Amino acid sequence: MPEPRGPVRIGVYTCHCGTNIAGTVDCKALAQYAASLPNVVVSRDYKYMCSDPGQDLIRQDIREYELNRVVVASCSPHLHEHTFRTALRVGGLNPFYFQMVNIREQDSWVHKNKTQATRKAKDLVRAAVRRVAWHEPLERGRVAVHPDVLIVGGGIAGIHAALTLANAGKHVYLVERDSTIGGHMARFDKTFPTLDCAACILTPKMSAVRSHPNITLWTYSEVTRVDGFVGNYKICITRRPRYIDENLCVGCLECIEACVYKQAKVPDEFNEGLSKRKPIYIPFPQAVPLVPVVDPETCIEFKSGKCKKTCIQACGDRHAINLRMEEQREEIQVGTVILATGFQTFDARKTPYYGYGMYPNVYTALEVERLVNASGPTGGEVVLRDGRKPETVGIIHCVGSRDENTHRYCSRVCCMYSLKLAHLLKEHTGAEVFNFYIDMRTPGKGFEEFYQRLLNEHVHFIRGRVAEVTDWVYDPSEAGKLVIRAEDTLAGFVRRIPVDMVVLATGLEPRADTTEVRRLFNITCADGFFLERHPKLAPVNTFTDGVFLAGCCQGPKDIPDTVAQAGAAAAEAMALIDAGYVEMEPNTAQVNEDLCAGCKTCITMCPYHAISFVREIYKSRVNEALCKGCGTCAAACPSGAIKQNLFQDEEIFEEIEGLLTNA
Amino acid sequence: MPPSYGYFPGCTLRGTGVAYEESMLALFETLGLPVQEVHDWNCCGATSYMSIDEGSAFLLSARNLAQAHQEGHQELLAPCAACYLVLRKTQDYMQRYPRIRQEIHEALGNGHVGALASVRVRHPLETLYVDVGVDKIRSRRVREWRGGKVACYYGCQLVRPFAEADRDHNPMRMDELLRAVGVPTVEYSLKTKCCGGALTGTIHDVGVNLNRILIREAARTGAQAIATVCPLCQYNLDAYQWEIRKQNGDLDMPILYFTQILGWALGADVRSLGFQRSISGRKTIQQWFSHAEKEVYA
Repeated sequence: MPEPRGPVRIGVYTCHCGTNIAGTVDCKALAQYAASLPNVVVSRDYKYMCSDPGQDLIRQDIREYELNRVVVASCSPHLHEHTFRTALRVGGLNPFYFQMVNIREQDSWVHKNKTQATRKAKDLVRAAVRRVAWHEPLERGRVAVHPDVLIVGGGIAGIHAALTLANAGKHVYLVERDSTIGGHMARFDKTFPTLDCAACILTPKMSAVRSHPNITLWTYSEVTRVDGFVGNYKICITRRPRYIDENLCVGCLECIEACVYKQAKVPDEFNEGLSKRKPIYIPFPQAVPLVPVVDPETCIEFKSGKCKKTCIQACGDRHAINLRMEEQREEIQVGTVILATGFQTFDARKTPYYGYGMYPNVYTALEVERLVNASGPTGGEVVLRDGRKPETVGIIHCVGSRDENTHRYCSRVCCMYSLKLAHLLKEHTGAEVFNFYIDMRTPGKGFEEFYQRLLNEHVHFIRGRVAEVTDWVYDPSEAGKLVIRAEDTLAGFVRRIPVDMVVLATGLEPRADTTEVRRLFNITCADGFFLERHPKLAPVNTFTDGVFLAGCCQGPKDIPDTVAQAGAAAAEAMALIDAGYVEMEPNTAQVNEDLCAGCKTCITMCPYHAISFVREIYKSRVNEALCKGCGTCAAACPSGAIKQNLFQDEEIFEEIEGLLTNA
Repeated sequence: MPPSYGYFPGCTLRGTGVAYEESMLALFETLGLPVQEVHDWNCCGATSYMSIDEGSAFLLSARNLAQAHQEGHQELLAPCAACYLVLRKTQDYMQRYPRIRQEIHEALGNGHVGALASVRVRHPLETLYVDVGVDKIRSRRVREWRGGKVACYYGCQLVRPFAEADRDHNPMRMDELLRAVGVPTVEYSLKTKCCGGALTGTIHDVGVNLNRILIREAARTGAQAIATVCPLCQYNLDAYQWEIRKQNGDLDMPILYFTQILGWALGADVRSLGFQRSISGRKTIQQWFSHAEKEVYA
């Protein structure tokens, strides 16, 4: 039986946490009990151990009583383990001669009976006292941080984060799946509540991305592999062929003009299918990069090989068009990653009672954004699918939001963009506009004032969730119209409002491939959106170090919040880069090569790909930078060859015995 | 194809909905599908039972399932939409709530309560659409449609929870089946709206007004007849039209079971399809269906 090193002198500190702990646990009795335990030299209780005087107690006692181990019974290690370890270090002890006992979250907060809660606290402290005797001094390793940053997604979040970092002198790889950056914002007409033109404020930033020497922009590309760890990520990117060489093309667009399709005939994705494009196209005039893309699904040359290829003739001596272009792979090293993959809008066909896809004059909000946009399919003229101009419009809020059957969360932006569209539709057509809402949610800067402005513009607001959009005629005056039926919960009766145009304020939802992206970057999801490390105190961090979040991939939010978050994510990445290194937790696993039989069990078990096999000596080896200290390999090793710092057998067995020994 | 369908007529198909039973049996016979009536069946437990005494409703319903199970039926046809729904609801509840399962177990006094859930309760609409299929129906068509457009009216029961006869929103299976035999159907937005149910008997004005809405809208969309899958819908729309006619004099629309139209198109004996039992739209019925067998209305 091995022994702990040297004579063990333990100090135990019980925290009252005001009444958080002391209200349910008898802290005095606990401290007295701890004093009676073997190897305990001093035991105290104090109102707030985390305060400066509380930490001073530990530091003084280390000197005065020559303590070499410390136990603090207080809150969760998540909150203050770091605080107390630092106190040990300042007091001259190795910070890992420390064990924390959680008697708040796991005791006082979840129990009511004071006697029993106190007894549980005693059990936990006894276990910690036995454990800490076996602790060994550990040192944190340091790993250098690669200064380059990968940003995934070229919407406003990715653009803003990229420019912030690039302006600070960091090199950024911006990877975008579409053929242009700009994201959803590029498709909006105006932005609420100031009614700035979305393109006018976005396109300068897009151009800046294109011309910035510190930004490598890869559009039409996707991240396909991620290896490594914080500070040292190895990323594989697949660049799909756009069939036009970005370096040779000058953006004259003559190839599009020359296409054998004289009339565009493919539904234009950028305009939500409201207009047509050619097989060779740019999504919109301010696209960045301004390089056309060939869609092999619809291009005649790809389908039959018998096209006259007038596009290539038009390109002439530049030879920018290469229909044999192949997929390219890029491999890069970065230290940090910012995910800004955005959102998709709720599919309105999933609420068939609102008639989208059934009645042509039912539109989604994104379609209306294009319809009121001067560069949209109708040049900004609001014309319905049947060619009429709407005289009455109904806007239905919360489609795919705040609904048990679709998404339970509020999408946050729909109330405001509905107000904006109401204003724009009224401005463009002079139509009567009815908003059907559950609650008006206008909590941003200038938002409530915008709502008041709309009320003064005589837009109608009816409080009630819409039951259905239908075309059946109750009164002859409704013939040829769509009828919105809703209970007006303020007036207390059911209304039938006949309108020419229905706008569905569809909510925001996670992208369809969220799960694949989540797995790629080894992060977690909640409600389908990427989960931040802490909802309040680490809103742009993830549980994977060095991977940060920005924009709607973390949850629905408007443009101001997205930009703020993108700036925060850039700052977090910069903090790592400028520090130059990251400190690794020392709770890693190590392989005792004398005992390792080379069975490779640990390699298949490790969820972090931290263990590799050294063929020359036929043994496993742990990469301490990748190891998260989960302990799976140590438990699985059939030869007992793997030990893990802070979780060695003696430490765990002593803790268990301490817990189970009756006081 | 299952060996045979157990058949639960329920009270209505022996009362106001005789034409439904006649036409369904004739249609199934034409298609060569054997149908066997469950012996000694009782009230299904629908109508007012469910809202007044839920416990008794489940027991009545379970007794029918037990009877069908005992007679070895794996499939149970329930053409009345209310019967169909209450039988399925009972199965769902007794699997979900141990208390209801216990009550049924005690009342029926046999140990096979679990087995009652294994009887597959089917509506003829679903059976024809899934087991037979639109293509086969189309290929079996023998009579040319010379009538006008029809509005397919599904009513509320087949789109409620527990039912699986069609989609919840915008059901289309009746439309697809009728179009397959050459019957033009209209886009009818009220296809799942209320027929008035029992209101025609209790709060008469409200019930009749709901019927008025349904019939007027069907006429507005160009339909000259309404096809139904539920005997209560058929009864309400058919039997109270004379009251609506007092205000909208021109309305005289036949309200048919979808099995009557399909049976006719597939060549069943016209006399077996119960057309003579219709109250409203008799002239139209005579025009549309008499060219095959003149003697029916001669």
